[in-house]
Amino acid sequence: MGRQIWLLQEVKKVQITKVKNLFKILFIFLFTFNFTSLNSAEKVEYLKTDWSFKGLFGKFDRGALQRGYQVYTEVCASCHSMKYLSYRNLAEKGGPEFTEAEAKVIAASFEVTDGPNADGEMFQRPGKLSDKFVMPYENVEAAKAANGGAYPPDMSVLIKARGGGADYIYSLLQGYEEPPIGITLDDGVYYNKYMYGNMIKMSAPLSDGAVEYSDGTQASVQQMSKDVTTFLMWAAEPHLEARHQMGFKAIVYLIILTVLVYFSMKKIWSRVESEV
Amino acid sequence: MSDHDYTPNSKVGKWFNDRLPLLTLANHLTDYPTPKNLNYWWTFGGILTFCLITQIVTGLTLAMHYIAHADMAFDSVEHIMRDVNYGWLIRYIHANGASMFFLAVYIHIFRSLFYGSYKAPREIIWIIGIVIYLLMMAAAFMGYVLPWGQMSFWGATVITNLFSAIPLVGEGIVTWLWGGYSVDNPTLTRFFTLHYLIPFLILGLVVLHIWALHVPGNNNPVGIDIKKPSKDTVPFHPYIVIKDGFALLMFMIVFAFFVFYTPNILGHADNYIEADPLVTPAHIVPEWYLLPFYAILRSVPDKLLGVVAMLSAILILAALPWLDTSKIRSAVFRPLYKQFYWILVADVLILGYMGAMPAEGLYLLIARVATAYYFLHFLVILPVLGLKEKTLPVPLSITEPVLGGSPNMAAARSKESSNN
Amino acid sequence: MSEKKPERRDFLFTATYAIGAVGAGAVAWPLIDQMNPDASVKALASTEVDVSNVKPGKTITVLWRGKPVFIRRRTQDEIAEARAVKMEDLIHPEKDEDRVQNPEWLVMLGVCTHLGCVPLNDKGDYDGWFCPCHGSHYDTSGRIRKGPAPWNMEVPKYEFVNANTIKIG
Repeated sequence: MGRQIWLLQEVKKVQITKVKNLFKILFIFLFTFNFTSLNSAEKVEYLKTDWSFKGLFGKFDRGALQRGYQVYTEVCASCHSMKYLSYRNLAEKGGPEFTEAEAKVIAASFEVTDGPNADGEMFQRPGKLSDKFVMPYENVEAAKAANGGAYPPDMSVLIKARGGGADYIYSLLQGYEEPPIGITLDDGVYYNKYMYGNMIKMSAPLSDGAVEYSDGTQASVQQMSKDVTTFLMWAAEPHLEARHQMGFKAIVYLIILTVLVYFSMKKIWSRVESEV
Repeated sequence: MSDHDYTPNSKVGKWFNDRLPLLTLANHLTDYPTPKNLNYWWTFGGILTFCLITQIVTGLTLAMHYIAHADMAFDSVEHIMRDVNYGWLIRYIHANGASMFFLAVYIHIFRSLFYGSYKAPREIIWIIGIVIYLLMMAAAFMGYVLPWGQMSFWGATVITNLFSAIPLVGEGIVTWLWGGYSVDNPTLTRFFTLHYLIPFLILGLVVLHIWALHVPGNNNPVGIDIKKPSKDTVPFHPYIVIKDGFALLMFMIVFAFFVFYTPNILGHADNYIEADPLVTPAHIVPEWYLLPFYAILRSVPDKLLGVVAMLSAILILAALPWLDTSKIRSAVFRPLYKQFYWILVADVLILGYMGAMPAEGLYLLIARVATAYYFLHFLVILPVLGLKEKTLPVPLSITEPVLGGSPNMAAARSKESSNN
Repeated sequence: MSEKKPERRDFLFTATYAIGAVGAGAVAWPLIDQMNPDASVKALASTEVDVSNVKPGKTITVLWRGKPVFIRRRTQDEIAEARAVKMEDLIHPEKDEDRVQNPEWLVMLGVCTHLGCVPLNDKGDYDGWFCPCHGSHYDTSGRIRKGPAPWNMEVPKYEFVNANTIKIG
């Protein structure tokens, strides 16, 4: 009888180990074979920097977001739209957190098409907080026509739309270089080390000092790349901070409840002779 | 159905129960005798029910804001993510919930494969389960089209084009499915309607699935028939309720991790690009849970045969109760089958990985070998194994720690106890 | 079993139920709140109106939160007429002084308080508005004088951002 119970206990230990092994395999599988990286054909290592928004407690650096917004507005916005952002987002929690007054001034600095008025005509008026970011071109075709046939993609979710994410955008902005020997480029095509396929129709958008930061930070290409990428990350995920904060609370709560339920389960099952 | 002589405590309860026996049903579910040796692989049925309800509830609330029109779908999803109160949370729960749903269903299916839960007298439960699985895949496929990203559009194009492989009527069927000459707005609107409908069909089938289960009762790790109720069983409430609750909470921790910290890791970046009929993505890949079938589809060089192979891979499961000739249910007592079981698991994982790779070179070769092996397992290995394998002696009951006796005597005794 | 054990067991179960209920509430709230006005709707919760072109005696209608708002620049006669009305004569007694911030400007929701139709400007027996649906008459202060409507037309929250601009809401 004792031997039978010992046998059953051994079987149970093997089962538990099997389960643990299975989970180990599953986690290794999922995190090693990161399916996002499977999508990028390039084997290039992206430039690394520490992003304030990565990790379980990731948050946005307000200064970086405000500087990034400045880079976007002064450098990128002439070709790249940001159609899912509204001016009021600039003042909302979790973002650059301009004051409402500052955001109103920003909005008013842009001319927005409105109408039709009582005469049936469209008209221009200064932007309001509730307006979406003004687009540089009327439509996709106009954008293509003005840029040698290549459409400058909308940047609202650009970081999520590229397998390499923030690291990819950050690297690409700094990745312009002379093409290797044997590769000739067509007119209007540039060589970029990190771009998928290496050919890109956008010339290097950043150069040292291209923007004069209002907070006095030195505007090197690397600094601007980091700031604008941070801004783009927020543009793609404006609720990132709330998501991380809620996640922490949710998982702590679940762990507490799991522990309580575990002990309740033990208590209930102790009424039965054999073990679970 | 088993005998029920439950009388409600209150007069109102009795009055109501005489007209609609819901209280009797509740009592049956509460007292339902469950084997007390069930391990954690048995908790996934409850987990799946939770997943279904989660998808329905989050889906309903998303549908209050989503616009099923090609010109507005992508915008409406961004509107949900940015402006709708907690919209980002509900959307991420729904998208990751689909993955969790499939993770749970695969564990649930592989539990059945290991312990022989598909064998007589549980064949119908198993077949209903296959139908639920097929509906899940249809719902997930159509749901993925709704955001109208590049993968949505091109995945829909590739999979609907498969139907053109059907001889004579294929092209007509594809046009009928599309509602036009390519995947476009009519396709989107009907996919939305069907995506909304299918979960409720699944709900109905789940009720039948559980009803069919309650006739013979649950299988158990040892795979023997047991008397219910007896020393071998416990009432479902509170014993199984609390255990399923514990397992569900562990599952929810994993779920929460995906939703709150890596919500896009299981998805495809290309689906954050608006659908463009003029630009095909470099690699069209379905979501991870469909990858093994994608690999099988691409293994066969012929279009029609590829579709046939892919469908057969699922439908062959329906024949499993009859393909597996073994008299012993649980792999615990089938040492040889156990080995082949784990090889099948590895085979399916390999197929999944190959499904994510380009269908060329070494990847294609491995996919073809893995596909051939998959069918070999079900069509050749299982029938032969059942007849030839030397199994271990099966215990007579769960509580009595009697493991001995010759296989014949044990089989005779277990037949005897199942006749009672 | 000692007396202590059952107590501890009850406490464990009670604590588990309680913590569980908290979680259930936390889950329910987002599902309910998602039906509340979303951020883009709330952004349009207030509207600024340029009234520099409105001459005395004229009324403009603007859309605010999906409803019409009448903004009337009243003449001195209209103001006097409104102020002269005795409270006993009113179905819904309200002083004109209490309905306007600046007597020259009347700002109110152009929605009849009977069943929600939009009253017509410069019509009716009281020099104000007339609702064609069921015959309610409103005066120069937008107060109900005759007809089935129970209350005066509602005055929303508004303020003069400057002499030419009214912010409603």
